[in-house]
Amino acid sequence: MTTTATPGIEAPPIGRQPLLRVEDFSLDLAPSGEFVPVLSDINLSVRSGEVVGLVGESGSGKSTLALSLIGLVPKKISKLRSGRITLGDTEITAGSRRALQSVRGSKVGMIFQEPMTALDPAYRVGDQVAEAIRRHTGVSRAEARRQAIENFKLVEMSDAERRADAYPHELSGGLRQRVCIALAISCRPQLLIADEPTTALDVTTQAQILDLLRRLRDELGMAIILISHDLAVIAEFCDRVMVMYAGQIVEESPIDPFFIQPRHPYSSALLQSLPENQPPLQTLTVLPGSPPPLGLQVPGCRFAARCAHVQHGRCDVTPIDLTSRPPRAFRCVRANELSLPGAAR
Amino acid sequence: MTTTPAVEAETATSEFVLEGRNLVKEFAGRSGLFSRKGSRVRAVDGVTVGLRQGRTLGLVGESGSGKSTVGRLLLRLLDVTDGEVLLNGDDITRERHGDLRRARRAMQMVFQDPYSSLNPTMRVGELVGEPIAYHRRPRGSALQDEINRTLTAVGLSPDHARRFPDELSGGQRQRVAIARALGPSPDVLVCDEAVSALDISIQSQILNLLLRLQEEFGLTILFVSHDLSVVRHVSHDVAVMYLGQVVEQGPADRVVDHPAHPYTAALLSAVPEAKPAAERGRQKILLRGDPPSPSAPPRGCPFASRCPAAFEPCADIRPEHTTVEGGGTVACHLQTKGPVLAGQPLPIGFLTTQTK
Repeated sequence: MTTTATPGIEAPPIGRQPLLRVEDFSLDLAPSGEFVPVLSDINLSVRSGEVVGLVGESGSGKSTLALSLIGLVPKKISKLRSGRITLGDTEITAGSRRALQSVRGSKVGMIFQEPMTALDPAYRVGDQVAEAIRRHTGVSRAEARRQAIENFKLVEMSDAERRADAYPHELSGGLRQRVCIALAISCRPQLLIADEPTTALDVTTQAQILDLLRRLRDELGMAIILISHDLAVIAEFCDRVMVMYAGQIVEESPIDPFFIQPRHPYSSALLQSLPENQPPLQTLTVLPGSPPPLGLQVPGCRFAARCAHVQHGRCDVTPIDLTSRPPRAFRCVRANELSLPGAAR
Repeated sequence: MTTTPAVEAETATSEFVLEGRNLVKEFAGRSGLFSRKGSRVRAVDGVTVGLRQGRTLGLVGESGSGKSTVGRLLLRLLDVTDGEVLLNGDDITRERHGDLRRARRAMQMVFQDPYSSLNPTMRVGELVGEPIAYHRRPRGSALQDEINRTLTAVGLSPDHARRFPDELSGGQRQRVAIARALGPSPDVLVCDEAVSALDISIQSQILNLLLRLQEEFGLTILFVSHDLSVVRHVSHDVAVMYLGQVVEQGPADRVVDHPAHPYTAALLSAVPEAKPAAERGRQKILLRGDPPSPSAPPRGCPFASRCPAAFEPCADIRPEHTTVEGGGTVACHLQTKGPVLAGQPLPIGFLTTQTK
């Protein structure tokens, strides 16, 4: 057992050139026959070494965005309405299947919420990692196995040689997620996308995994996009946060200012509704209503129906643009008139 | 039902609505190709908990700690291997049929996932009406009145009665699930991860509903959850489980603000905080490894193998519960053998300075 002071050891320099660029990206999906807009006007850039959090409730489009970033949204059920995504010098939105396959793994790795479904239950975990290494580098079997075990050590799996011969079901949830991380970083990607990586894990295991990801970021200098519904995980892990609502980014901010003074009423309402920020056993301040269904189409602000600060005739008439005030941005016409409470006491 | 005189004498003074004494639950281990025959897994290992009238006991622990099993034992959804379950002072451990049915009216359960706990082919009215009809048998239009009243109590309208579950949002479904539990007018509500599958904004709505129902109906609640910030918010008392045992229990503010067990302290420190950096707790206690397997539990303290403060007796002798200053009890040798702490909560920084 060790203790760590947050924030951890010194972070690597954050690159100047964006590693990942998403420009005016809009995507329609047809989950059940008809196409509906799921992502609208997404703009986002991530530089090397940076940790960006993507937060939103169910149906906000955060996972669809994550899959789009590595070209994993099936073409059959999706339609690119506008924009593009580029990773380094590869355009993901225009890439052929073959081009995308070589990008995945070598330039970008991904880990998912449920490590059991991400691993093949019929193969030993060491072989699964070795196979990925062989596929991308073409080294010999013995060398691939050696590198796989090295990766297991990198993700702090004790007894790595022996555990490499285990099947996924023989490992605990935390160890399985470590295998997935070893798999994702086996070819030293520049970007790691982590979609709810700790949601299925216990809180003490979550702390271990987040600590590990932080260390890997520092050692390997890769950028991380963390997708989560959990604002507390975002607060402790990310440099920057993007808040998604109904398929749009509604706020973007460096991490601390966001929690001290959010600029979008949705962000503020979410922070205010957290039990941990309110006195025990008292009625909680709540955000009324439910997250909107996929593909919601309204004339104005998509949050207007649930917003405590809505002005009818102003907020719900025309689409709201993202106002950019670097390093922050927000999609609210009233932002400058409002002083919204955050999570600070 | 037969009760011994001793239990009867105690009935009058029982401070708990629902109580479990020295509960033990063993499951048959997996009898696969590779496992030993007859291996037993001890999911719950000597747990004593009590629910006080009109209050909420938060039962926290990580997966495999046995917290859900304790909830099911108390509700008699599972039979105990050993120990006793008392409802309003009556021993219901071995009740069957009609007697158990009467007991069941008094204790109802809300499950985690309102997508799988509601029959999709039944309308909301039928779903809510079923347990009312079963337990209370109202006549004629009385049932409809009861359904409407229950729906209103959980923040739905009587119009919802005609809908099917898949026409409702996740939050509305969980309200239906709560209405089902509320219909028989229970004394005790057991909520097993009842808000864990919900979105943040919906979660706080449901927590408010539970707080309001408790006040309105004087409900006694067992709130089983892995989420400490949620447990803290709704609970008057908290019990912390590890590997089938309660390692610490007491008033919620004492346990959360001044934990006396190293596991509680580690668990609390691992919870991330949605706050700016300057306001977050500085020190994290990172536990190594995973809990031991419940099929081969350690002889002594269940937490000994991962405890940063473990010393000589911990691996071999199982610690007894002792009282802690500020309320509650803790099972830790630091409090008795030595004794290092003798009834004091863990001083701040104790675990982080002890190791390294």
